[in-house]
Amino acid sequence: MTDESMYRAMRLIRRFEERCIELVNSGHIVGGIHPYIGQEAIAAGVCAALRDDDIITSTHRGHGHVLAKGSDPVRMLAELTGRATGLNRGRGGSMHAADFGKGIYGANGIVGAGGAIATGAAWARRNDGSDVVTVSFFGDGAVNQGVLLETFNLAALWKLPVLFVCENNGYATTLTVAQAVAGSITARAEAFGIPSVSVDGTDARAVRAAAQEAVERGRAGGGPSFIECTAYRFDAHHTWEHKARVRYRSDDEVAAGRSRDPLDVLGLPAGVRDGIDAEIEALLAEAVAFALDSPAPDPAGALDHLYATGLRTRDGNGLIDSAVR
Amino acid sequence: MAKLSYLKALGRALADEMARDEAVCVLGEDIGVAVNNVTTGLLDRYGPTRVVDTPLSEQAFTSFATGAALAGKRPVIEFQIPSLLFLVFEQIANQAHKFSLMTGGQAKVPVTYFVPGSGSRSGWAGQHSDHPYGLFAHVGVKTVVPATPEDAYGLFLSAIRDDDPVVLFAPAQALGVRADVDIAALDAVPLGVGRVHREGTDVTVVAVGHLVQDALAVAEQLADQISVEVFDPRTLYPFDWAGLAASVDKTGRLVVIDDSNRMCGIAGEILATASEEMRLTVPPKRVTRPDGAVLPFARELDLAVQPHADQLLTAIQEVYKSSPR
Repeated sequence: MTDESMYRAMRLIRRFEERCIELVNSGHIVGGIHPYIGQEAIAAGVCAALRDDDIITSTHRGHGHVLAKGSDPVRMLAELTGRATGLNRGRGGSMHAADFGKGIYGANGIVGAGGAIATGAAWARRNDGSDVVTVSFFGDGAVNQGVLLETFNLAALWKLPVLFVCENNGYATTLTVAQAVAGSITARAEAFGIPSVSVDGTDARAVRAAAQEAVERGRAGGGPSFIECTAYRFDAHHTWEHKARVRYRSDDEVAAGRSRDPLDVLGLPAGVRDGIDAEIEALLAEAVAFALDSPAPDPAGALDHLYATGLRTRDGNGLIDSAVR
Repeated sequence: MAKLSYLKALGRALADEMARDEAVCVLGEDIGVAVNNVTTGLLDRYGPTRVVDTPLSEQAFTSFATGAALAGKRPVIEFQIPSLLFLVFEQIANQAHKFSLMTGGQAKVPVTYFVPGSGSRSGWAGQHSDHPYGLFAHVGVKTVVPATPEDAYGLFLSAIRDDDPVVLFAPAQALGVRADVDIAALDAVPLGVGRVHREGTDVTVVAVGHLVQDALAVAEQLADQISVEVFDPRTLYPFDWAGLAASVDKTGRLVVIDDSNRMCGIAGEILATASEEMRLTVPPKRVTRPDGAVLPFARELDLAVQPHADQLLTAIQEVYKSSPR
């Protein structure tokens, strides 16, 4: 993928998130979001090394991964606004956005939970004779989840084509890495014999280069890799912070973090950026209009898709239609 | 006709499904040597890509199976100990079970979790002797507890073929049950359909798992005084409410025997539903483990906590006597 494509992905994520925050503030996105702003180069850089049929698992802060892997921002925004036209038909929202047609096995609301899922998918594909690689994105908080450490062992033991991408944005919600992580993040993977590297997660080219090396190793049967990408989360852990006014980062720290903007780090000429920016504004205008014009899902179908087999179980006292409540 | 044991029936079902569908694979601890005598010979026949001996990493390999299922496999996981299901409750209840709805029907997770040896095995004490089927029924995971060899075969087959996660409990005290069966006639038994083992007109006894044998013995013991109908739900979720109603509407009296804790247990749900929806003529009764029981080690203590046939007999007599005539 070219630098321009990576810039396009980053700009799309940045403006998508900014539009989402507006929609949170206007009440159109209920439940809020975990903004990805500041970490765009990680999703863009990693996904630049992937094929369409490669598979990812994402996190609660997942919009960037879903967009960078090629999901339609129009249907993604419809999902976040809880519309029937959304990627998940309005059943998933921000924390569960998934697009299996694009190899996106879902954002996930439990920290570290996607690692084992991505690893199992890698195993399944490999056993089918495919050279598909899977990627599990997670944050620095996830490196203290036992299930993820167990997963490193399985992936290394069975030499599975998995790329573990740790986005170290410095904070697990409000807890700093220094407060949470004994030893180092990369040493956890190294302990299992997984080749590990730490890169500047605001530098899309550096991320892409590390991901390409890891992906090639995985496709060639060389087993899993681990990349720590350091970056700074520009905005809140979650948009509730805008109202809760939780204080855990100084103004100086935030200003310093924001001063290294991954979109600028890429260093594309203004003329190139302007053209892409205009294209993305138009796309997002279309996405917002589509979302807000789309119908809400029918309450009678609140438990549609509960079972893949279509099983219908008791609905107790019935399903309530809020429109008539 | 040939004698078939419950344990052999489980093994036969798994082997038959692996032969029929190459997407079926089995994962678990010590399954290569078939420590529970269910996976006997499978490693030799299908090799380590379909018969996977796992490290002791239950949480990781349970979600690993979810990932493999999302990528097209039909994994079966053997758990040596029923209480391990507490350890992987997140991976089953909060991950595997929720993918279908959360993704708006994009994904299915056909994983079967089975425990060959649930409940008390005498002397295995507090952490190896639980029967947590009610927890899975509560969260909506399909839950199966076969009582006989032919049902063990047929329900295991259906569980593996089902497109949703299914937990199958094989009670330790049922594993040795043998029956005369026509091997060639063994077939899938649909989930969600109960079975009347003995017809009667005075009292319906719902017995779960190995307790079906106890219920049949008690029914025989009481045959000259009370006509007892023995209803085996076979699947606890989805429950065959229509099947139970057909029985209760005939007898008007209900006793449930269930080898799990009383508070919020499956027996309580059966009583509640029967009270709300069925034509009971007298208050129903249940025979269960006590509230919040932990199975103590010593044989006398272990037996003191499990529901007993004598308690069932008394409960049937009391329900029968309390009838308005």
